[in-house]
Amino acid sequence: MAEKGTWTVKKGLAEMLKGGVIMDVTTPEQAKIAEEAGACAVMALERVPADIRAAGGVARMADPTIILRIMDVVTIPVMAKARIGHFVEAQILESLGVDYIDESEVLTPADESFHIDKNAFKVPYVCGARNLGEALRRIGEGAAMIRTKGEPGTGNVVEAVRHIRMVMGEIRKMQNLPKEELMAAAKDLGAPYDLLVQVAELGCLPVVNFAAGGIATPADAALMMQLGCDGIFVGSGIFKSNNPAARAKAIVAATTHYNDPQILAEVSKDLGEAMPGLEIANIAPAERMQDRGW
Amino acid sequence: MRVGVLALQGAFMEHQKVLAACGVETEQIRKPEQLAKISALVIPGGESTTMGKLLNEFNLLEPIKKLGEQGLPIFGTCAGMILMAKKIAGSTQPRLGLMDITVERNAFGRQVDSFEADLDIPVLGAEPFRAVFIRAPYILSVENSVEALTSFGEKIIFARQGRFLAAAFHPELTGDLRVHRYFLENCI
Repeated sequence: MAEKGTWTVKKGLAEMLKGGVIMDVTTPEQAKIAEEAGACAVMALERVPADIRAAGGVARMADPTIILRIMDVVTIPVMAKARIGHFVEAQILESLGVDYIDESEVLTPADESFHIDKNAFKVPYVCGARNLGEALRRIGEGAAMIRTKGEPGTGNVVEAVRHIRMVMGEIRKMQNLPKEELMAAAKDLGAPYDLLVQVAELGCLPVVNFAAGGIATPADAALMMQLGCDGIFVGSGIFKSNNPAARAKAIVAATTHYNDPQILAEVSKDLGEAMPGLEIANIAPAERMQDRGW
Repeated sequence: MRVGVLALQGAFMEHQKVLAACGVETEQIRKPEQLAKISALVIPGGESTTMGKLLNEFNLLEPIKKLGEQGLPIFGTCAGMILMAKKIAGSTQPRLGLMDITVERNAFGRQVDSFEADLDIPVLGAEPFRAVFIRAPYILSVENSVEALTSFGEKIIFARQGRFLAAAFHPELTGDLRVHRYFLENCI
């Protein structure tokens, strides 16, 4: 009579993460720092996006040992990344018992045509999106949570802002379309029709939508929240800064009090250097992670 | 009547929607001065460690604890239930500690073991209640005047102590208003 892996349960965990910060960690020590700072979950990785970018080559799922060691030391949910389309990496992550799988453009895609059939899994998935059509395609495949792609590992929030503005703008447009125009809109966006009708009725995505890809400061986090995100992923922004514990705590506070400039000013003080940022225009097109997946 | 919903992190908006459907006004609580406006409080699901730290950092822990001791009705779900407990097995994390219960965190396992099930909850009437458990805690033991209202197998998952109510599951996710109505009608 107990049903596991249902849509309500998958989507429900993302609901519980809302208003919180999910932090990339590569060691048990970092995971403890993240938990101690108030992270609502951690993403277990072998390297943070900035290091993946710097190293080049093929980036794959982390070694299970790293993921298991991180799962051992924290009580908050642990997520892990699989390559786009690499359903065997995902099967391995599910067998390890991770709480969420990120089918992520930060890793090198394993399949340029097809994403994972996420409905086939009991473990829930989060996927990146740059616009409404992409978000709804991923939800159609079974993603129970969406995040902006942004441009990972850059410490530059501009792409994440572009993506959330695009999604929110398209949602507002759908709300104003007469019903007979929604099928044509679904065709143009490449979005499943039924999900698009739901979006037009709800005025939001049918799943939780986080910000990711370039968030480096408490102000960045609050900006994404004010633009309509439900919560924040911070990848390289914490452990590539020079005072990770203080910055992590400040970003958690800023995500809760995103509408309160006085508190934002207070928590932004004395954090030391943020991670070095990258200008998006200087990234070669082939190295733009956001263009991976469709 | 205005019911506060602790809005530091977690599924606070879902509680606001259910409370609105029950016909009460709600107020998001992020700072101590907002507590003056409310006649009851709901603590939502989310991460109990995150909420506990933010309760401390933004000076809400002691004021809420004091209001609870003075009779403010409080309903905690999942992480909210953990924060209401006097004892948390194996943990020293910050808490309100208002109910004489001992809870075990993540007690049904990790996310792949999260589940939903139809529960018989006598105080809500004969019709079963669809309950959603997400990395849920349960109550290991109750003391003093705590009434165990429902168990799942041997595990207590719904309990009341006077004006305090605690559920291990998420009545805010299913659209069934009966648990919130029970709180509004019996604890306030």
